[in-house]
Amino acid sequence: MMNKTSSRMYLIARWAILLLVLAAIYLPLVMIIVYSFSASQSVGGEYGEFTFRLYARLVENSDILVALRNTLVIGLSSAALATILGTTASIGIHYMRKKIKSAVDTASQITVVNAEIVTAMGFFLLIIFLRDTVMIPVNFGIVWLILTHTVITTPYVILTVTPRLQQLNPNLLEASMDLGAGPMRSLFTVMLPQLAGAMVSGFALAFTLSLDDFVVTNINGADVETISTFVYAGMRKKGIPVEMRALSTIIFIVVLTALIVYNVVKNKKAKEQAKKA
Amino acid sequence: MTKKAKVFRPTAFAFPYLAVTLVFVIVPLILVLVYAFRGADGGFTLQNFRQVFTEPESLRQLGKTVGIAALSTAICLVIAYTVAFVLASQPFNKMAILALLFVIPMWINFMLRIFALQSLLSVIGIGKGFAAVIIGMVYDFFPYMLLPIYTVLVNMDKSYVEASRDLGANPVQTFFKVTLPLSLPGVISGVSMMFMPIFSSYAITKTMGNMNTTVIGAAIASLFENVNYGDYGYGSALSFVLLLIVLLVMFLGNLLSRRVTKAPKGGKA
Repeated sequence: MMNKTSSRMYLIARWAILLLVLAAIYLPLVMIIVYSFSASQSVGGEYGEFTFRLYARLVENSDILVALRNTLVIGLSSAALATILGTTASIGIHYMRKKIKSAVDTASQITVVNAEIVTAMGFFLLIIFLRDTVMIPVNFGIVWLILTHTVITTPYVILTVTPRLQQLNPNLLEASMDLGAGPMRSLFTVMLPQLAGAMVSGFALAFTLSLDDFVVTNINGADVETISTFVYAGMRKKGIPVEMRALSTIIFIVVLTALIVYNVVKNKKAKEQAKKA
Repeated sequence: MTKKAKVFRPTAFAFPYLAVTLVFVIVPLILVLVYAFRGADGGFTLQNFRQVFTEPESLRQLGKTVGIAALSTAICLVIAYTVAFVLASQPFNKMAILALLFVIPMWINFMLRIFALQSLLSVIGIGKGFAAVIIGMVYDFFPYMLLPIYTVLVNMDKSYVEASRDLGANPVQTFFKVTLPLSLPGVISGVSMMFMPIFSSYAITKTMGNMNTTVIGAAIASLFENVNYGDYGYGSALSFVLLLIVLLVMFLGNLLSRRVTKAPKGGKA
């Protein structure tokens, strides 16, 4: 009897911990969502009436829209470049001799383990060097941001694609070549389709990392604003336009539903497959 | 037979990436080194490093950075470990979506999360300052701390715990002698995903802190704010010192995890 109540208390205590932390995680987000339907000047101010006014004004706020567009342009282009560069690199590294392979692996980990501020500063010095010493006319801005984001996200694509590459059956490629297809054709028609899933994961990872980046963008962007640098500047000086609450709400809801749906579907599939087997 | 001898090695596929790495990763590191040891006149100097180590301000900033990083990492570790432990226990380990809810914020732009947190803190009366910065760091890095610890705990072979209980250890002894040591690889990876990145997290100290809260990344960033008059030498020297700290922390982490994974024989890492 005693044991039963104490184990029950233990269960309640554990639920309490989880709910408390969940509340702490989601309360700030919920508050922004709630206040996105109020015309109040500040979050936490007098609520007033329930309104969609901020959403209507969001469409007219060109500062926010430009920051959003820059974020997406940089994210999508750098993720696409990183996926191509990372996949080809994984294939090449996969066939390297052991010693060279480990040297390349180490080099590809530099930006991953390094302090981001040092990486960002390195890119900054690189522009100065290329412009003033090598005389290549490069400049800070959106193209430079796409390049630098590609450099910092490619290692993550390699980390995603390489394990899949190691799982592939090498006999398939050999069979294709024995049957008369050239190495290039075998690579594109036999190997690449099998890597497609990992490439999509790598693209998604690179894209999110690019969206989330602040330090490299802040130091190398000149006057190009992304969502991260826009919110940062607003919090420091100008104040954040009220319409930002509407955009934040849209982003929160999209990310939450996308991830939950993706995982529910994935779990269901895994369960079905487990049943079949 | 002759066909087989010609081994297919498309290593050339890695060349574009190697070229990019050389130009965008290796060359910048060399540039940091060059600028750090170069004086205003272009000659070799140690003046930049003298400035880093003798100016009380830069030492204070370094000290504050380590202090903020250590405190917020410790707090985050305690909370994340508790949550991970509960999530990995019966019956919560059967609820996959529950664990997911804790790491979802990882996918939301961190600056927007900081904006949301800052709004909440000011509503409940915690102004900008030290406390807000620590809360901001813990809030921002929580999913990155939780995930590796949870992964280790949920995949741990439960028979170790059962054996410990069968042999007469109480739950507290079992936790400290069995569960905690076996979960150390997750702890190390969680700590390393938070401690060093905090050095660069000036986005948090500058938006949630005040004059007295800073991380070394802020000092480096401010030296580069003006493209024409930036003090690149001093900034590079600071970066070089930071680079050495990164290497030291990595070395210690490797040493620790090697010792940890060696200890329990047959344990799954």
